[in-house]
Amino acid sequence: MYFSAFLERFTLLLIAVGVASHSALAVDITGAGATFPYPIYAKWADAYKQKTGIGLNYQSIGSGGGIKQIVSKTVDFGASDAPLKLEQLEKDGLVQFPMVMGGVVLVVNIDGVAPGQMKLTPKLLADIYLGKISKWNDPQIAGANGGLKLPDQAITVVHRSDGSGTTFIFTNYLAKVSAEWKDKVGNAPSVSWPAPSSSGGKGNEGVASFVQRIKGAVGYVEYAYAKQNKMTYTLLQNRDGNFVSPNDKSFQSAAAGADWKNAPGFYEILTDEPGKNSWPITGATFILMHKMQADPAKAKEVLKFFEWAYKDGDAMALELDYIPMPDDVVALVQSAWKSQIKDSSGKSIW
Amino acid sequence: MSSVADTMDGLSRSDPGISPVSKTIPDANLRSQHRLDFLFRLATRSFAFLVLLLLAGIIVSLVAGSLPALRAFGPGFLTSAQWNPVTEQFGALVPIAGTLVTSFIALLIGIPVSFGIALFLTELSPIWMRRPLGTAIELLAAIPSIIYGMWGLFVFAPAFAQLQPWLTATLGAIPLAGMLFQGPPMGIGVLTAGIILAIMVIPFIAAVMRDVFEVVPSVLKESAYALGSTTWEVVWNVVLPYTKVGVVGGIMLGLGRALGETMAVTFVIGNAHKLNVSLMMPGNSIASALANEFTEAVGDLYSSALIELGLILFLITFVVLALSKMLLLRLGKMEGQKT
Repeated sequence: MYFSAFLERFTLLLIAVGVASHSALAVDITGAGATFPYPIYAKWADAYKQKTGIGLNYQSIGSGGGIKQIVSKTVDFGASDAPLKLEQLEKDGLVQFPMVMGGVVLVVNIDGVAPGQMKLTPKLLADIYLGKISKWNDPQIAGANGGLKLPDQAITVVHRSDGSGTTFIFTNYLAKVSAEWKDKVGNAPSVSWPAPSSSGGKGNEGVASFVQRIKGAVGYVEYAYAKQNKMTYTLLQNRDGNFVSPNDKSFQSAAAGADWKNAPGFYEILTDEPGKNSWPITGATFILMHKMQADPAKAKEVLKFFEWAYKDGDAMALELDYIPMPDDVVALVQSAWKSQIKDSSGKSIW
Repeated sequence: MSSVADTMDGLSRSDPGISPVSKTIPDANLRSQHRLDFLFRLATRSFAFLVLLLLAGIIVSLVAGSLPALRAFGPGFLTSAQWNPVTEQFGALVPIAGTLVTSFIALLIGIPVSFGIALFLTELSPIWMRRPLGTAIELLAAIPSIIYGMWGLFVFAPAFAQLQPWLTATLGAIPLAGMLFQGPPMGIGVLTAGIILAIMVIPFIAAVMRDVFEVVPSVLKESAYALGSTTWEVVWNVVLPYTKVGVVGGIMLGLGRALGETMAVTFVIGNAHKLNVSLMMPGNSIASALANEFTEAVGDLYSSALIELGLILFLITFVVLALSKMLLLRLGKMEGQKT
C-alpha cells in the first residue's frame, strides 16, 4: 500500500522534471568544433542569452570533432578552422561560411630578445621547422637580424600535439612559401614534424607554456595567447617583402585581400596574402550547417544567432583580438543562407 | 535415537540447494528465506557475468575498430616509427617504446623507494610516527593525476632543467650508457615522465607492501631475531619471502597505473613521434597519443590506427599480468607449495 503511494509520487515527480527539462531544451542551440574561436563564441553566447533568453551550448572539441558531429547530425552547427572543399561539402550536404578571423604568430624564448625584435623570413621559418637550422646564432638568422645578439643555444621547435586548425593554417603558409615543406611535410591539421628536437604541446595553451618554459624554444600560437601572456612574438616578412608586426591592422590588411565572392563554398585560406602591411599567417574560422534542415524553426534560431553575432558582436570580437568579417562578406554569407539552407519541402528558411 | 534420525531426515529434506523452493518445506518463513537466497545468488552471479561481458565487449570493439589499420599495416605496424597523418603512414614503435620505457623507469625508481617506505613504517619508525606517515602516503595516492601533470610541468620540469646539464656532464660521459643522457636541457622528456610516474606509483606499491609486511606473523620474525639475525636479514630472508605474493601484486598494481597513465604523462613527455636513444629527449606514450589525437583524427585509417594503439596497450597489460602470474607460480614451485 505504501509502495504504491510512493510510486505515484515518484511518477508525478518524473513528469514534472520531464516537462521542465523539455521546455529548457527546446530553445538551446548546440554547436561543436574548433578551439580557436571558443573564447569569442562563449562571450557571444553569454550576451545573446542575456538579450533573448536563448542559450548556445558550444563544445570546443577541435575542428575534426566538429566536422564529425555535424555530419552525424548530433549538433545544430559545426565549427572548423580548416575549411572543407566544395566536393566534401556537396557529399555531406553541408553549407560553409566564415565567422571570424585571427592570426597565428611565432613566439620565441631567447635571452636578450624582446617582443617584436626578432625578424624572420619565410625561408628561415621553414628551415627552422624543417630542422635545417639548429642553433640561434646560425649565420642565416644573424643575417636577417643585424644588431641582435643571438646566443649559442639549441633551437627547440614546439608544435601542436593534437590535431588543430591552427596547425592547418600554419602548415598551409609553410607549404606556400617552401616547396621543400610542401613536398616533405604537407598541409594538414596534424603532420609529421621533421625537426629532430621538437616537442608537442596540447592546445594553444600547451604550446605557449612550453615556449615560456624551455630556453631557446620557438612555437606558433594564436595571437590572443601571445598577447595575453605577454610573450616574445617575432616580426615576419610578408609577400611584399616588409617585416610586419602582428596586430589588428595587419590581420585586417591580409583579410582585405581575400576574394570571398569567387571562392566556391567560401573556401579561402588567408595565408601569404598580398598587401604592404599584411600579416602572412592569417586565417578564418568556419561554421558548417546542413543544407536540408529537418527542424526549420530551430534552424531559423541558429541563423538569427549568427546574424546577431555579425551585426552586434564586432566590439566583443575586437576586444578578444579576433577580426570580424567585413560587411560585404556578411552580405554574401546571408545570401548563401537564403539560397542554400532549405527545409524538407524545398522552401528557403532565411 | 529415532528422534535424532527423524530430525536429520527432516533437515536433509528441507535443503533445496540452488533449486527454487521445494514445496515440501512446511514453514512459510523458511520458504521466503530460500526464495531470497536464490534471488541473491542469481543477482551476484549476474554481476560477475556482467563484468566478463563488459571485458568481452571491450575486446570485440577494440578489434573491430582496429580492423582497417590491421589490414592496411599488418605486423609492420609494431616496428614502424613513422607517424604521418598526411600520407596516412602510421607505426606504433614510438608510443610503445615510450610507454614501456617510462613504466620501466617508474618501477626502477619506485620499487626500491616503496620498499624502503614499507620497511621503515613496519620495522624502524617510532610507533607515534606510523599513522601520520601512513596517512600522508595514502594522501599522495589520492591526488588526481592531472594535478601531478600540472605540478610536473610548472614546478618539476623547470627545476629539472637546471639539473640536466650536470646529468649530461656526469652520466653522459659514461661510455655506453652515456647515450641515454644526451640532449638539450628542456626539462621535459621521457626521463621526466618516468620520474613523475614513479612519484605517482610509489603510494600504491608502498601501501600494499606495508599492509602485507604487517601481517607477517611475529612468531616468524621473533624466531629469526632470537637466532641473531639483523633487521635487514629478517626483512630480506623472512618477511619478503613470506609476503612475495602481496609484494608482486602491489608492483603489478603500480605497473598497471604507470602503463595506463594519461594526463600526467602527456603534460611532460613532449609528445614527439620520434625515436630517440636519449631519455632526455621528448617521446610519446600510447595513452598520451590517444588523449591528444583521438578527437581530431580525421579519416578512417587515422582513427583505426589509434584504436589499434589502444588494443596494443590492452595486450601489453594482459601480457604483464600473465608474466606476473607465471613469476608467482615459479616462486611457489621453488618453495614446494605447488608441483
